[in-house]
Amino acid sequence: MTQRKRQAPQSIDPAAIEMLELAEAEGFSTAFSRAKAMAPCPIGVDGLCCRMCFMGPCRFVPKRGQSIEDVTGVCGATAATIVARNFARMVAAGASAHSDHGRDMAFVLLAAAKGEARGFSIRDEGKLRKVAHLMGIEDKGRPVAEVAQEVAEKALSNFGQQTGEITYASRAPKRRQELWRRLNLVPRGIDREIVETLHRTGMGTDQDPEHILHHTLRASMTDGWGGSMLATDISDILFGTPKPRTSQANLGVLKADQVNLVIHGHDPTLSEQITEAIREPELIQYAMSKGAKGINLAGICCTSNEVLMRQGVPSAGNMLHQELAILTGAVEAMVVDVQCTMEALVGAAAHFHTKVITTSPKAKIEGATHIEMEPHNAYQVARLIVRTAIDNYPNRPDSVHIPSQFSDLVAGFSHEYLRYMQGGTYRGSFRPLNDAIMSGRIRGAAGVVGCNNPRVTQDRGIMRLIQEYIKNDVLVVVTGCGAIAAGKHGYLVPEMMEQCGKGLREVCEAVGIPPVLHVGSCVDNSRILTVLTEMVEEGGLGDDISDLPAVGICPEWMNEKALTIATYFVASGAYVLFGVGSPVSGSPKVVELMTKGWEELVGGKLEFEPDIDKILQKSLAHIDAKRRALKLVTYDPNQYGQSGDRRLAGITA
Amino acid sequence: MSKYIATAAIRGSHAIVLEAEKTLSQAIKELGPDTPVAFTNTAYFLPTIYGYTGTKVQTLGDMVPIMEKARSFLAPVPADRLWLPYLGETLDAGVATLFAEEIIMGVRFVRGEQPERMPLNGIKVQTSEVSGAFTSPDEEVGAGRAAAAQSNGHYTLNGPIDDIQLRTWGIQLVDGRMPGFAAIVGCAKSNEVAVRIVRELQRRGILIFLCGNVNGRSIIHQLLEEGVQLGYDTYTVPFGTDTVSAIYPLGFATRSALTFGGMTGGQARDILLYNKNRVFAFVLALGEVDDLKYATAAGAITYGFPVIADTLIPQILPTGITTYEHVVSMPFDEIEGKDDLERADRLVERCIEVRGVKIRMAQVDIPVAYGSAFEGEIIRRDAMLAEFGGKGGITFEYLKMADSEDVQDGRVELEGPDLDTFKEGANVPLGIVVEVAGRKMQKDFESVLERQIHHMINGAEGVQHIGQRDIAWVRIAKGSYQRGFRLRHLGSILHAKLHADYSAIVDKVQVKIYTNKAKVEELREVARGVYNERNIKTANLTDESVDTFYSCTLCQSFAPSHVCIINPERVGLCGAYNWLDCKASYELNPTGPNQPIAKKGLISAEKGEWESANQFLYQHSNSTFNRLTLYSVMDAPMTACGCFECIMMLIPEANGFMVVSREDTGMTPAGMAFSTLAGVAGGGQQSPGMMGHGKYYLVSKKFIPKEGGLKRVVWMSANLKESMESELREACQRIGEPGLIDKIADGRNATTVEQLMAFLEEVGHPALTMESLI
Repeated sequence: MTQRKRQAPQSIDPAAIEMLELAEAEGFSTAFSRAKAMAPCPIGVDGLCCRMCFMGPCRFVPKRGQSIEDVTGVCGATAATIVARNFARMVAAGASAHSDHGRDMAFVLLAAAKGEARGFSIRDEGKLRKVAHLMGIEDKGRPVAEVAQEVAEKALSNFGQQTGEITYASRAPKRRQELWRRLNLVPRGIDREIVETLHRTGMGTDQDPEHILHHTLRASMTDGWGGSMLATDISDILFGTPKPRTSQANLGVLKADQVNLVIHGHDPTLSEQITEAIREPELIQYAMSKGAKGINLAGICCTSNEVLMRQGVPSAGNMLHQELAILTGAVEAMVVDVQCTMEALVGAAAHFHTKVITTSPKAKIEGATHIEMEPHNAYQVARLIVRTAIDNYPNRPDSVHIPSQFSDLVAGFSHEYLRYMQGGTYRGSFRPLNDAIMSGRIRGAAGVVGCNNPRVTQDRGIMRLIQEYIKNDVLVVVTGCGAIAAGKHGYLVPEMMEQCGKGLREVCEAVGIPPVLHVGSCVDNSRILTVLTEMVEEGGLGDDISDLPAVGICPEWMNEKALTIATYFVASGAYVLFGVGSPVSGSPKVVELMTKGWEELVGGKLEFEPDIDKILQKSLAHIDAKRRALKLVTYDPNQYGQSGDRRLAGITA
Repeated sequence: MSKYIATAAIRGSHAIVLEAEKTLSQAIKELGPDTPVAFTNTAYFLPTIYGYTGTKVQTLGDMVPIMEKARSFLAPVPADRLWLPYLGETLDAGVATLFAEEIIMGVRFVRGEQPERMPLNGIKVQTSEVSGAFTSPDEEVGAGRAAAAQSNGHYTLNGPIDDIQLRTWGIQLVDGRMPGFAAIVGCAKSNEVAVRIVRELQRRGILIFLCGNVNGRSIIHQLLEEGVQLGYDTYTVPFGTDTVSAIYPLGFATRSALTFGGMTGGQARDILLYNKNRVFAFVLALGEVDDLKYATAAGAITYGFPVIADTLIPQILPTGITTYEHVVSMPFDEIEGKDDLERADRLVERCIEVRGVKIRMAQVDIPVAYGSAFEGEIIRRDAMLAEFGGKGGITFEYLKMADSEDVQDGRVELEGPDLDTFKEGANVPLGIVVEVAGRKMQKDFESVLERQIHHMINGAEGVQHIGQRDIAWVRIAKGSYQRGFRLRHLGSILHAKLHADYSAIVDKVQVKIYTNKAKVEELREVARGVYNERNIKTANLTDESVDTFYSCTLCQSFAPSHVCIINPERVGLCGAYNWLDCKASYELNPTGPNQPIAKKGLISAEKGEWESANQFLYQHSNSTFNRLTLYSVMDAPMTACGCFECIMMLIPEANGFMVVSREDTGMTPAGMAFSTLAGVAGGGQQSPGMMGHGKYYLVSKKFIPKEGGLKRVVWMSANLKESMESELREACQRIGEPGLIDKIADGRNATTVEQLMAFLEEVGHPALTMESLI
């Protein structure tokens, strides 16, 4: 190992380090090595490159003696306009990804309701009826299929509607809805706001950075309160609302003696069918006929989170593990759907027998096997994929390299379960959580979410924040690749309460939860919106999400979707901090608009802060400031801790 | 929860659900699924199950789906490592436990095994100085009970508290005299500690429910051995010696929400939150806590009732399901205190703190305990040192307003001999003159305060007070005398309590007590003159003679949409508050539950409808009601909380009303007994044709004038007719129908409409020929 590597390790995950050493030894390229080889574009990294028309592309680089305000593009656009435009387009792209995901789920529900999708059914009728109620659909006495069809149609209408309000805006706290309406921030239709973003940010339309950013807030809401929330709800209806279950995470979940099938991406439709198919005795028999001891399914990225939450399928790792999994040589097939699946998979697979199988009509990768899935043939496709993987097992090289590391975890904290766990069937509410925050047992809450990014040490920022938060009595919720990081490093287990501050520990022991709660995939950030709303409505913590002592952090962001999530959380009133670096650093004016400006407008703000220690300080300071504003007791780490079983230790032993 | 408690509770719930399943299937096999099941004297079926699920369990067969539901609530016990969350699951297991326990009790009722007949096994039920008012309505009552128990070797415990008793306690629960209830489960460290805990709770007016045992020994045994008087009247109700009987306090809690909160079965969340927010109850676990106790406690926690244990168990201190801590452990021997009695005091104080029970308690400096739980004590002749009044006795009580300079606050004078000189069992004359001075004191309040003398004196342990004015009757127990109680302490009580309860109008109080026959007789004549003046004044106090009515929203703590409007000629439906009381109460507390309503904007003199009253009602009933008539029962009658003394209900066939007293457990011509009627009338509802009211409203000149007054009453509970006979005869005379009372049917001659009609026609009841009501 070189001296330089020791100074800036690529990952803190021992399994990843082991695989990266192997990659280096074998000369395999990975995102880690490519990131090292390719510095970020020095102009694009600050958001200062404009490619909106061919009079440019214009690079906003001040000449000696100039400030950035002195530079304009060929059309006269200022740096602020360009930075805002680039940001707006990234947000629109992220929103389109999550929304398209939601749309696809609605189509599956529609097909299932009409009986046109074999293998799909309404697994959670209670949730269907609750969603129907939220959508204003009368469900009393009506058959499930009929209600499901109307829910699907209502969901689909949210995308194409041109006027009015998207349905779920009315789920926000009253005060927030009033603010949105006053500021004209409620999306009229999901597709409309995204299209309008593209229109506005094209050459020669919206050229006032503040105005662009205002619409960006509105467009982002088509994700959180639109597509993502629909995706979450409909996935729950079709596949069951998650509740806690145990599983494992990290590359060690791959099995040397079984057919390893890895599912990767974001959409649970096909992967749910695959979880069914691998349980088929006929296919298990088939695998054994090829010399395998069984079929082992594991996930990567958010598809992993979806099937982990609902089926307990173990996770092989987060986004940056996708190539590393293949490099074990033990993966027969990696099945990908949409988003965050790197083209490099094909190159990595070429070193081995691994088949990369693309399945979405929207996503092909050159050199991959394409087996397209539609709702009506999903189960047959799932079987075919499993067979393909089994058929590939005999081609596996004699020696494989599977790191031994994996950690146990508990995942599956849907907002419905969060409510249930705080009082059971009859008394479920958010009262205990609010009480704990009000009394200072819990100092505040932090959402640690989002991606991996090889520009920073994998998992380091995520894990440092989580460790510090729970030590400081801050309850943590995690989603996406942040959630898998927490799982890999053993933080999603209830025993982790021993690492908490005294007050948080008491709450964890009272409820039986880990101090870090896995609430789902990246579309499931919408669950956090619901939780925040329920906390507001429970009372005692102000009238709006912006009053809550809570923060949202994305320490290792990379995808445009992360920016969309950040923006809709800001629009909902949250303070959001992003690590790695800033895509808007090119314009101090835009930075000011997204911090001070947005805070005055909607009570939330977005800051980019590469220094994890500063994120920690800022977020705790924010939590304490919100506590003060609510006139809650000053947080005191030594005030609590008399609860629990420890008192009995030695007596019951 | 803690994992330890969750594990124990879930394990306990599995065991009890299994036991209930076996009990039920055996019962169905032996007796058949159609065998009726009922708890006695309650209109709410198996109340806990009814509250949670809305299911009206009436047969053994009805229990089967409930058992299935209970089983569906059972999660596995938490794993040793990598456990799944357990709080919600434990609370559900607690609910399953309550279902199972109630089903077991239901089956025991079917088999005649409830109320529990507790073998005395040599315990001598004390018949000492104070004994005997008791409980279960079907059982032997009063002093005879102890004797009966002694002779048959069993002591019959209480079944579920009946609806009548619940309603009787209603007003005390809402006005703070009874601030909450304690469900004590298990057995105290010693008899001495058991008695002390109970006394400390009684002193604060907290209702005490006794259940369970530790190794076969229950606090019920301990209290009986020490001669503690158990029963409704002393707020100390023994339910059973096993943990299963702890279902009764929770059924009581459920029914309080159904009775006073206007909820119906199945509104589980509302019922539970009602209890969390309004019923200040807690569980006190004495001695070892086993799995079933943990499981039952988990059920209690769903009601927001915390658990305090006197043993070392894990604590659950974060709040949320309960208002304050969920589970608190105070190992008895580790409590600071010089002896066990002091430790018991600390334990009770902690219970009150954990539940956030609001205690309104005057420090009364007398040598015996003091609290409203002692109001119901009965002192038998052989236990008393002396009595005053009663048959052949001479007594009077007189409270008068005096000038400030003539009153020396706290001065108590006794003129005549004291207890030391009396022969045991003597009847001695007694005069009590209370002089009150205060800047805001008014002549009108004299009678209001004077009427409190009864409650105040009665609160002393071992002192019994009955009646008022010149028919007062006081007994003092030997035991109280031995502990140092003397007649001057009657004055100390009145001084302390008048200051505590009426501080806004009372600045100074002095009391003179007379036991000299000649002096008592002389002063009694003076007092009688004043009583007479007051009677005339009260008789002249009419709705027309005042310009203000008063509201009473005291019960909104229980029935949020209920508003009483009290006029001079109509006492509050609880019978406890009249117009003068409300006026005084407003003086005492200008922002309190009694607010003046100016008589403004007359809409109908005939119906007694005023614009101002309607507006007040709308504003104070959560915008639920916008009209109220004071003189009609058919059109927008007064709402009812649940504390009413009587229910009046239209009998269409008879063109009149029946009036049912809450003491009447019998059937009525409406086909419903009081408890069922009350369920329909109560909870802050406005039900034309049906109304709750105070019993003295019957003899008011403003008794439903719109419908024709007393002449409309076609049926009346027999006990009302008997207890109010002279007043009713006078009222009949007044309206020119002297024979009316004998034309009104009662439970002795009519319990069906057919019988009623036959009776009315035979006697020629005037209602039959009156204008049609419908």
